[in-house]
Amino acid sequence: MDRPFGLLAELTYSCPLSCAYCSNPVNLADYRDELTTLEWQRVIAEAQELGVLQLHLSGGEPLQRRDVVELVRSAHQAGLYTNLVTSALGLSRRRAEQLKEAGLDHVQVSIQADEPVVSDRIAGTPSFERKIEAARLVKELGWPLTLNVVLHRQNIDRVAALLRWAEELAADRIELANTQYYGWAWRNRDALLPSRAQLERAEVVVRAARKRLRGRMDVIYVLPDYYSQYPKPCMGGWGKRQLTVAPNGDVLPCPAAHALPLPRASVRTNSLAWIWAESPLFQRFRGTDWMPDPCRSCDRRELDFGGCRCQAFQLTGDAARTDPVCHLSPDHGIVVGVVRAANDEGTPTEDALIHRPHQVRPSNGPARSQVDLTSHQTPSAARSPH
Amino acid sequence: MRSTEPMRSDHGAVHESGRPELATHVWLRFDSAREQHVLLAPEAVIVLNGTGADILGLCDGHRTVAEIVAELQGRYDRVIDGEVRQFLARLVTKRCVVISDG
Repeated sequence: MDRPFGLLAELTYSCPLSCAYCSNPVNLADYRDELTTLEWQRVIAEAQELGVLQLHLSGGEPLQRRDVVELVRSAHQAGLYTNLVTSALGLSRRRAEQLKEAGLDHVQVSIQADEPVVSDRIAGTPSFERKIEAARLVKELGWPLTLNVVLHRQNIDRVAALLRWAEELAADRIELANTQYYGWAWRNRDALLPSRAQLERAEVVVRAARKRLRGRMDVIYVLPDYYSQYPKPCMGGWGKRQLTVAPNGDVLPCPAAHALPLPRASVRTNSLAWIWAESPLFQRFRGTDWMPDPCRSCDRRELDFGGCRCQAFQLTGDAARTDPVCHLSPDHGIVVGVVRAANDEGTPTEDALIHRPHQVRPSNGPARSQVDLTSHQTPSAARSPH
Repeated sequence: MRSTEPMRSDHGAVHESGRPELATHVWLRFDSAREQHVLLAPEAVIVLNGTGADILGLCDGHRTVAEIVAELQGRYDRVIDGEVRQFLARLVTKRCVVISDG
């Protein structure tokens, strides 16, 4: 059996932003009972023994956890490469210096657009200026900087200006990743899915930027898979390269898998090693034996692993079907219909979005409006679907 | 040192007088779970074979490519400098290795 390379640690689903493209679960209140510092430290130690090499600290907003510095230190001491995926709200100079001292290796900062009005509207809170300031701080303290941008119908026409920001901030990487339709983004899908014309324009800009920035900056661009011929190789295979631990200790083969009707696995009841190797959840779609046709006899079955189980479930009600994104899927008509609607002349570019709430905890007052989850949207090959 | 001129186009900027080292923020570690050396970079893990780990172990920013090849030739029966340079060129492209001029 393969060993996992990366662990996505979703420390909390609380977030100062309320992005409508967030892929956090819609039932945020079910995740209030967060793992303690000691529990996370045990997860980190078990992950290292299991073969995990990189720890991605995410959420929600991981900086909302007071113990994030302590957790970075534990991971660093265990020899893990640590990556903070943040909205940058809460990244004060003092906190940043503490994280640096604790051994944090890499910072990914999200921005929602290239200018404050649009960025703040998408984020649901004034944040753009602080994000830019924090991105500069990341470079000043000597970290490699990745700028994360989740693309959708309302910001994809701004790719050129977003790339100029990345240059100006001397980012080492920029991830321009179209929204993946899970959680809150699933609810908002029809307002977020760009048109074909928008995608074609963005692609021209990205191609030119890659050429211009070669050797200086990695430009990662992820298409919406609804427009692809073949599905994405979700997570590099189910239970093959990556795993996610949710704020309440649930362990998932993919950060969107909380929605699937499968038995749970939790670090509160079992070891990470047992969950990875033995749990029914991780075994369910591992390898190729579970595959139906057309995947079973397809030459690409070891390339895309049948696509995304969560997407198959959302679109067909059956997680074991071929991802309907694939043009060979018997359910592909569902995706064709959604794409057709996104390209109708009458479809507005600025449909109303349902923002997610900031807070998971009712004790923090009534839910305001909505979350950033760039983290979940990172196209990082390592963590796709995201 | 045999001539490598005909291969140069395959090696990008990896000249024998260049002094390679790991890029800042890239770590070479021994992974005890897999019992293999790995390179860790932002959003990337590269699992190395024994030779790859040996090459990178010598990339200290002081030794030249030619010296690294000579050192490896002392350890192994067969080391082809073109292969060493290709290996380094791939890592330069991935921004894991930087090479300063001789």
